[in-house]
Amino acid sequence: MSLLNRKIIIIGDRDGIPGPAIEECLKGTEAEILFSSTECFV
Amino acid sequence: MNSVLTAASYILVHAPDMVVHNGTTQTTERVVNPGSEYLKQLPEHIRSYDQAVAYAPNQTYIGNMTPGQLGEMEQPWHDMPVAGATREGRYGEIMPQDEFLLLMQASDMFDLVRLDRAFVAKTKPALEKHPLLGQEILALVKAGEDASDIARAVNEEHAEGLYHMGQLVGYVKRAHDVDANLSAHVLLENLASKASAVLALRHLLHTSGVAPEEIEYVIECSEEACGDMNQRGGGNMAKAAAEVAGLGNATGSDVRGFCAAPSHAFVMAASLVKAGTFKKVAVTAGGSTAKLGMNAKDHVRKGLPVLEDVLGGFAVLITADDGKNPEIDLDIVGRHTVGTGASPQAVITSLVLSPLERAGMKIQDIDKFAAELQNPDITKPAGAGDVPQANFKMIGALAVKTGELDRGGLNGFIEQHGMVGWAPTQGHIPSGAPYMGFARQAILDGEMEKAMIIGKGSLFLGRLTNQFDGISFVLRKNRGAAQQQQEPGISKEEVRGMIAEALRSFAASMEG
Repeated sequence: MSLLNRKIIIIGDRDGIPGPAIEECLKGTEAEILFSSTECFV
Repeated sequence: MNSVLTAASYILVHAPDMVVHNGTTQTTERVVNPGSEYLKQLPEHIRSYDQAVAYAPNQTYIGNMTPGQLGEMEQPWHDMPVAGATREGRYGEIMPQDEFLLLMQASDMFDLVRLDRAFVAKTKPALEKHPLLGQEILALVKAGEDASDIARAVNEEHAEGLYHMGQLVGYVKRAHDVDANLSAHVLLENLASKASAVLALRHLLHTSGVAPEEIEYVIECSEEACGDMNQRGGGNMAKAAAEVAGLGNATGSDVRGFCAAPSHAFVMAASLVKAGTFKKVAVTAGGSTAKLGMNAKDHVRKGLPVLEDVLGGFAVLITADDGKNPEIDLDIVGRHTVGTGASPQAVITSLVLSPLERAGMKIQDIDKFAAELQNPDITKPAGAGDVPQANFKMIGALAVKTGELDRGGLNGFIEQHGMVGWAPTQGHIPSGAPYMGFARQAILDGEMEKAMIIGKGSLFLGRLTNQFDGISFVLRKNRGAAQQQQEPGISKEEVRGMIAEALRSFAASMEG
């Protein structure tokens, strides 16, 4: 899937996949990360 | 010589009116959407005290059921009340809200908590029957004020109301005109946390049989901050709680680290005792009013009761090795370092695999892992999944990755080495700490030898760092006697022989 010209908002989960890990996965793609954070629901 | 886990206590406070008035999900909703359907429906989903007592995870928290017994019950648990459930448990109690409001007043040294005269008259006899609070604490409850004065303070003087069964029964007064850190809101949170830590400490004295004056140091590890505008997190809630609990010979300090703080505190307490600095150290934390009803929107939307209606608290006593109680093995401490990274695999590697490998052990050498022990009844309907299961699955996956476990054995691993969660979502409360009492007992009973307690903390919530955090340690069967036998010592005979040899050599040199 091409992420060219895609803008990304990342909301990670502390006990799932945290924001920085998702950011890491998007490195090397052409997606633009607008916002990234990890939230805690517990 | 390692330090040992001597006792643990666990308390809950049923706080239904605090859910409505002090939980941040509700206070935020009142600001942004004051006429919302959610706020209208919320009161219909609040549980009674008896319902909260009969709730299986709560009975587990205070020690009337084991995690194993809870795990045998089919989920969800909220509509399966425990027959014969009691307020008192092996490790503590579930205190009703009205009694707790009086305990909050007894924990207030600045005359900030004011209660309605009739409410005090009605509630105090119940608190006087409490077997563990004592006259010194009860004497701090005041006669009360007129209802009209209470209403005026809340409506006109920036006081924070205290409610019971929907009625205004008191308030917390602000302690400064402009300092937000001493606002009524902050003081209510801090006093609720302090009072629940006091209750946990009083139960710890009971479960340990230790006299109050024997405890030398208290570490408090909640997520609250106390101070004024010049030192917002000045702290020492530990000493504040120790004072009310009657620990006259104790000083203390606070450890902060979000949900990981208790595990940091256990490692520090164990180190203080191992170093010989103090002989008896208590680690304690009270509950969080802010987190009450945190996921209640989802619970209400799905027709469930509001399950986050209790404040949690615990206290743990760590003492010098007595040759009997389980050791806190400081040779096996895992830590999430600055360089670890945030991926779940990196986190669990740093907390579980690395410390075990350093000690020459395998993952399956640990009988039970206690990570985030949040009650899935609360988290699953809110979309956060089963948090403990997710943690155990990742630990099992690492065991598969290192080749010590077959892929097909993953579910069996989770069942054998994990457990269901039972703790209320009170942040620091579920993070490993609730298993300490059960682990101690299971090790003493010979049911297992080693448990790993894992604390994890979301530092990024404070917006100072994007870092995650965590620390782990191993609680294990006491090796005292065996270790002493194995360690080569010097006998009296050998000492005598060495002295005789030295004297002979000295005499020979004189002769020469």
